[in-house]
Amino acid sequence: MGGSATRTVMAPVPQPDKAGEAVPATKPGGPKIAVRSLNFYYGPRQILFDINLSVAEKKITALIGPSGCGKSTFLRTLNRMYETVPRARAEGELLLDGEEMLGMDVAALRRRVGMVFQKSNPFPKSIFENVAYGLRVNGHEPGKRLADLVEHSLRRAALWDEVKDHLHKSAHALSGGQQQRLCIARGLAVDPEVLLLDEPCSALDPIATAKIEELLFTLKDSCTIVIVTHNMQQAARVAEFTGFFLLGKLIEFNESRVIFKNPSRKETEDYITGRFG
Amino acid sequence: MNYRLLWRKTVNNIMLALTGVCALVTVAILFFILGYLVWNGGRDINWAFLTQLPKPVGETGGGMANAIVGSAKLLLVAALVGIPVGFIGGVYLSEFGGSAFPAVVRYTADLLNGVPSIVMGIFAYTVVVLPMHHFSALAGGLALGVMLIPIVLRTTEEFLRAVPQSLREGALALGANKWRAISSVVIPAAFRGIATGMLLSLARVAGETAPLLFTSFGNRFWSHGFNEATSSLPVMIYTYAISAYEDWHRQAWAAGLVLLALVLVANIGARVILARRQSPARG
Repeated sequence: MGGSATRTVMAPVPQPDKAGEAVPATKPGGPKIAVRSLNFYYGPRQILFDINLSVAEKKITALIGPSGCGKSTFLRTLNRMYETVPRARAEGELLLDGEEMLGMDVAALRRRVGMVFQKSNPFPKSIFENVAYGLRVNGHEPGKRLADLVEHSLRRAALWDEVKDHLHKSAHALSGGQQQRLCIARGLAVDPEVLLLDEPCSALDPIATAKIEELLFTLKDSCTIVIVTHNMQQAARVAEFTGFFLLGKLIEFNESRVIFKNPSRKETEDYITGRFG
Repeated sequence: MNYRLLWRKTVNNIMLALTGVCALVTVAILFFILGYLVWNGGRDINWAFLTQLPKPVGETGGGMANAIVGSAKLLLVAALVGIPVGFIGGVYLSEFGGSAFPAVVRYTADLLNGVPSIVMGIFAYTVVVLPMHHFSALAGGLALGVMLIPIVLRTTEEFLRAVPQSLREGALALGANKWRAISSVVIPAAFRGIATGMLLSLARVAGETAPLLFTSFGNRFWSHGFNEATSSLPVMIYTYAISAYEDWHRQAWAAGLVLLALVLVANIGARVILARRQSPARG
């Protein structure tokens, strides 16, 4: 999506008092996702307070913070997955390539903004059918092209070599790490512009985690990635940008090396150094 | 001190034994009934019994082929009435309902489930038999079908609810709309359970007699189509059992055995379907 034209770092827009110090202004083309004054409620209870944040295109953005800080809720506003919860409500501006998300057809939005969940959730179908599901939903006819797309997606998720000989076996026969990569392949099959990952490695062992992190690096050339994680090392390893959430507020948002080496807010530093959370 | 220990041990053993005995009684009753039916009716089950019509009074032999086929016809009508309504209603309860209306539906379904079966018969008699001026398989099937609705509704709902929310979200996250997610992911994930529930509920109404007494009535000959009085196994058992003829009594036992065998087969079949865990999914 015109990413090669702007190889320079797509930095978040300045947010002087909301999230610490100002960072260089966005380059032409604007951020992939821009969030302005987002307030989020479950019924009468406010979960997110005045969030302002920009997600740079084809970069990895990590969201960290203690449990219950609202980072997963925030992630679920980016593809409007919160709408499955009755009486959940988002207010503010959510822009995808400058287009207002809240006004979009929700199915169309989710085709552009894919999601991978904390617990891998393969459908009780074959491996092939899991990956083909999104394609079928989007009107692909079965046939050679569908099979090619499935293979391509499984390759992108670095799973092809492990499953190519039993594509028609149940997805539940795979290991936890493989299941999570299958879910990533499933999300990639519809070729989303943005991929949201909600603690994708929290149920995985270190080896499976390393594989997924490696995979994220290969994906960011073609896809904008937002990842929620509990694991600060993971955020530091994979993400160019990191946002720190606390009690429903975005405390600080900046390049990861700034956040982890030289945070400007005391709360961020306390969290990163393990003083709470 | 020792007495107290001994006492505790004795109570413990007695209670354990009691629970075991009660569990055993339950099992024993089924086997007693089965054994009794086989003992009394087993000899009379033969090819003629399964394939011939009843003989006129006074003649020995003959069979209940028309009742076996009649029961199948009634169950077919019942399934056509009860399964679609119950299934689709169950999908609504589990997937679409808000909070107030489904609660009312659920409560009503439980009440409907508790309506005595003979009342269902009167209902079908009033809405079908009276306007048509004759008994029919349609009327009997409707009575059984109405009994199916609440059972299928609740089992469908329960099995759908057991499908993890994460599967729904997974489908929605790929751009599926709600109905697509339900029809292509949620229902297939629960299908085995739902099918089992349907089979069990059919087996349950297959033995109902009261709703059929004045709806499908009975017929000593073949009934043609669904618009004539139709014989069924439960009503046949009832009629033969209260008759004065020794030969008919024996045939009633045999019919009871056939009916129980069919119900058991359906039950066991359902368990087998349910027990067969995630076999490799097909394309």
